[in-house]
Amino acid sequence: MALYSEKVMDHFRNPRNVGVIEDADGVGEVGNAKCGDIMKMYLKIDDDVITDVKFETFGCGSAIASSSMATELIKGKPVSEAMELTNKAVAEALDGLPDYKMHCSVLAEEAIRSALEDYEMKKK
Amino acid sequence: MAIYADNAATTKISDAALETMTKCMKENWGNPSSLYTVGQDAKEVLEISREEIASLINADPREITFTSGGSEADNQAIRSAAAIGKRKGKMHIISTAFEHHAVLHTLDALKAEGFEITLLDVHENGLVIPGEVEAAIREDTCLVTVMYANNEIGTIQPIREIGQICRKKDVIFHTDAVQAVGHLPIDVAADNIDMLSASAHKFHGPKGVGFLYTRKGIPLTNIINGGAQERGKRAGTENVPGIAAMVTALKEACAGMEANAASLSAKRDALIKGLGAIPHSALNGDAVRRLPGNVNFCFEGIEGESLLLLLDDKGIQASSGSACTSGSLDPSHVLLAIGRVHDVAHGSLRLSIGEDITDRDVEYIIRSVGEVVEYLRSFSPIWRDLTSGKKQFIL
Ligand SMILES: Cc1ncc(COP(=O)(O)O)c(C=O)c1O
Repeated sequence: MALYSEKVMDHFRNPRNVGVIEDADGVGEVGNAKCGDIMKMYLKIDDDVITDVKFETFGCGSAIASSSMATELIKGKPVSEAMELTNKAVAEALDGLPDYKMHCSVLAEEAIRSALEDYEMKKK
Repeated sequence: MAIYADNAATTKISDAALETMTKCMKENWGNPSSLYTVGQDAKEVLEISREEIASLINADPREITFTSGGSEADNQAIRSAAAIGKRKGKMHIISTAFEHHAVLHTLDALKAEGFEITLLDVHENGLVIPGEVEAAIREDTCLVTVMYANNEIGTIQPIREIGQICRKKDVIFHTDAVQAVGHLPIDVAADNIDMLSASAHKFHGPKGVGFLYTRKGIPLTNIINGGAQERGKRAGTENVPGIAAMVTALKEACAGMEANAASLSAKRDALIKGLGAIPHSALNGDAVRRLPGNVNFCFEGIEGESLLLLLDDKGIQASSGSACTSGSLDPSHVLLAIGRVHDVAHGSLRLSIGEDITDRDVEYIIRSVGEVVEYLRSFSPIWRDLTSGKKQFIL
């Protein structure tokens, strides 16, 4: 019996969009080391469209996979659409997460939202 | 490449133990309580097993109670000592902060029933100081329970000294020796032990079998009520094949103990040296007073579950004390007890190696752990903060 779905393991083993964007338009960091998960998202945005996204994550397999999947789901999307990203969408795209790991998908949603809010703040 | 390095979780049954087990199932399948021949044949296997277990730890056969494993033995030992204490109005128990949950949760239950529990500090090196046991003993102390060797960090406690103090103070001394039996020489008389728990699956025996040693004169309280098996102290038709296989496994383990310990400690020390060379890592628990097969490290800036999954991909099976692997929000209570902060405790790795490990395996493990730790750090936001100076290194 596998702990995670094939999709989770694929995104964990080959995470998409790993890294940093030095001149990011929006950066968001959520979670804390005490709980064992930190996600940091970097966004490059042109004309309110997310042209590039990168992430860094400290955390378990599902935290890394959730970050990776979340970046895939918002890349190339308008900011307004990315704002609507839910943890459920992240978990579903990964073919599900164990119940006690659902918080990883919540963290991914929050990290994206935090980076988008940072972008909105900077725009003002 | 497949390296099983989680022998503290469980071991593979030995060929000889398996053979004993299947042979017993075929030939001695009777109920030991039956008076006819097949029953009495099974009874004979059971009683010979009791004698052999007793002789391997220098006890009397009547002092051995077979149980379903370590957890049951721990529960019964502690409950029994608590019942004796309660009858005398002594309701104080001393233990340590890093016991197995079979002990800690039993103590929690007793606390709810009015007992007072003192958990001793195990210090940064994971060792109890006998003088602190002595200082903690009060007029109303009915039990001291300290594990022989810790299951996560492998530290071996000064059992004989603690036993001596308890004997002097006339307090019952129980030790959870689940990780020690079959790996370290045990002599309940010389070690001043009143009660001792053991589990077969930690020394290449089957799962679901163990025993409790109880010194003569200490009455047991039943955990399982029913028939009159085990002198009326543990009901249920005996697991004769499992018990017989446990004996085979323990005899093998004791016969090879010295040679195994020497070869395992050498490999353990090579692992400690190799993994210690990874920057910002630290060994958990005393480097010398530890089980021959136990290696436990923390690596700063990474999380243990992802480390385990990537090691599994490389064929290395190990464990971690991170929260994600325990299914709770907190990392291992053992690592917290030796003073590791949460951030660091999440990045722990336990390797508990077995006799089949080779020098090449050791090299491969050191190289693989180094690669995986470096990879995970390469996209860890904590590692970025640490290396950029935004946060201070702890290790
Ligand atoms: C120190 C210690 N005590 C108790 C136990 C429980 O033993 P069992 O699995 O046989 O119930 C274990 C094993 O998990 C252990 O390592």
